[in-house]
Amino acid sequence: MHFFAPDKNFWGGHGIVAGQTPLGLGLGYGLKYKGLKGAALCFMGDGAVNQGAFHESLNIAALFDIPIVYIIENNGYSMGTSQARSSAFKDCLAQRAEGYDIDWDLANGSDLYEVRAKVNIAMERARNESRPTVLEIQTYRYQGHSIADSAHKKYRSPEEIQSYKDNHDPLNLWRQRLIQENLLTEESAKKIDTEGKLEADSAVKFAEESPAPTVESITEDVYWETDNTTEASKIGRYFFND
Amino acid sequence: MREIEYRDALNEAFDEELARDENVVIMGEEVAQYNGAYKVTKGLWEKWGDKRVVDTPISEAGFIGMGIGASMLGIRPVMELMFWSFHSVAFDQLVNNAACCRYMSGGLINVPIVMRGPANGGTNVGATHSHTPEGLFAAFPGLKVCSPATPADAKGLMKTAIRDNDPVYVMENTTLYGMKAHVPDPADGDFTIPLGKADIKRVGSDISLIAHGASVLRCLEAAKILQNEHGINAEVVDLRSIRPLDQDAIIDSVKKTNKAVLVDESKPFCGVSAQIATLIQEYAFDYLDAPIKRVCTIDAPAIYSPYVEADQLPNAARIVKQVLTIA
Repeated sequence: MHFFAPDKNFWGGHGIVAGQTPLGLGLGYGLKYKGLKGAALCFMGDGAVNQGAFHESLNIAALFDIPIVYIIENNGYSMGTSQARSSAFKDCLAQRAEGYDIDWDLANGSDLYEVRAKVNIAMERARNESRPTVLEIQTYRYQGHSIADSAHKKYRSPEEIQSYKDNHDPLNLWRQRLIQENLLTEESAKKIDTEGKLEADSAVKFAEESPAPTVESITEDVYWETDNTTEASKIGRYFFND
Repeated sequence: MREIEYRDALNEAFDEELARDENVVIMGEEVAQYNGAYKVTKGLWEKWGDKRVVDTPISEAGFIGMGIGASMLGIRPVMELMFWSFHSVAFDQLVNNAACCRYMSGGLINVPIVMRGPANGGTNVGATHSHTPEGLFAAFPGLKVCSPATPADAKGLMKTAIRDNDPVYVMENTTLYGMKAHVPDPADGDFTIPLGKADIKRVGSDISLIAHGASVLRCLEAAKILQNEHGINAEVVDLRSIRPLDQDAIIDSVKKTNKAVLVDESKPFCGVSAQIATLIQEYAFDYLDAPIKRVCTIDAPAIYSPYVEADQLPNAARIVKQVLTIA
């Protein structure tokens, strides 16, 4: 959350649950407006499906034929509240799309190939037919919603977490499959793990060693005009500090 | 001299900007085929078609958020709120996504949208349709807010707002849409007014009446009465733009007249005039010959009854009365 890379077509991790769903709609709308063949992929958790903004987005996505794929990463818990305690539904959350005449599907998040295939179908629908899709991917989280509840035992049991680790972990399952298919060995898999950990460690080191922002920088990135000291930014007062 | 209505001045601004930049899109409820609830967008759909003038469902969080997302790709949506009062159902989009995307992305993204629509009382539409949220939105860094009082200001500020690379919220006024006044002829060149520049609507020497939006017109009416009946020569400062704010114009006027009455259709608590008052006390304290006075909307939700609605809002009588307490 809270990171952006527009140069890589990544338009942000937005912090308000479902607040990003109309933004994704806008990215799809923008592609279509500019005549670009493409799809917007808009991710959310299972907790987002009960927000009004999501439903408004679905209605407009279908009404305006927006090339968007809404991906519900359903890990079963919105913070500490289980899906059963937060959401009314018949078979699955994505099925709500039927009410908006939107195609939907359900994918097993433990199976990388299934996820890839189903995302591809949805993206082709967006690219070729300019139609939206809601795709629910069943998954799990080992850690908490945040640091505060990372080892919380009140809303789920340690056995439940262990059972997912043992039987449904998509990385472990893929690793086993690649080894079975002789595309990977135990050694080369370990090497990938080690390299990944090193990369993560160096990223943490880079972050910790980078200089902290200054107090002066607090008012940067607020207005495009003042950041670029345009003529317009010199007219009138923009900031009201003492 | 060419005189046109406030609504037509806005319409002309949209038409010119639609022609100037293919990324400009007009969006909102009833803006296209219905010609706009207040006919501000009349004829634009017929001229520019479905792509450039878009009817949206009654779904403010949805379509405003969509416009914000599209603006990240360089589209310039000019979105109508049929009443600014409806901002509340899209508040997350208006203050989190529009105001904070640039900040949250470390300056990688900008949101060149215009949100516009009427924000005023006085038309007997009740409390939920009579909000004046200019002070509210000006309190969010990242947003720009303006409030034009005349047809020329409406056109000039709207064109600037559309070209601005930050989100600009334009507060119009249903009671002004039919107001006719001079607007420069497009044949005489591109007409814009910068944000952040106030306009002295009446030069005076005895007291500064500082206002924005329709309150400017109430000040001009009051100034006439003050001159004719009390021999008081009031200066009327039209802020036009709330954020950025022309602080120099405010301070210069107060330094000249040594007295100020702030007239503001917002509610008194933390309204625009509260911010102006703090700036005057900070930058012109030694020049004041009397306490700063305010005339705001009487501090309650907008009353429905047409018998007293006008009295709840700032009007010439209330302004004159307040001026006389310090003049």
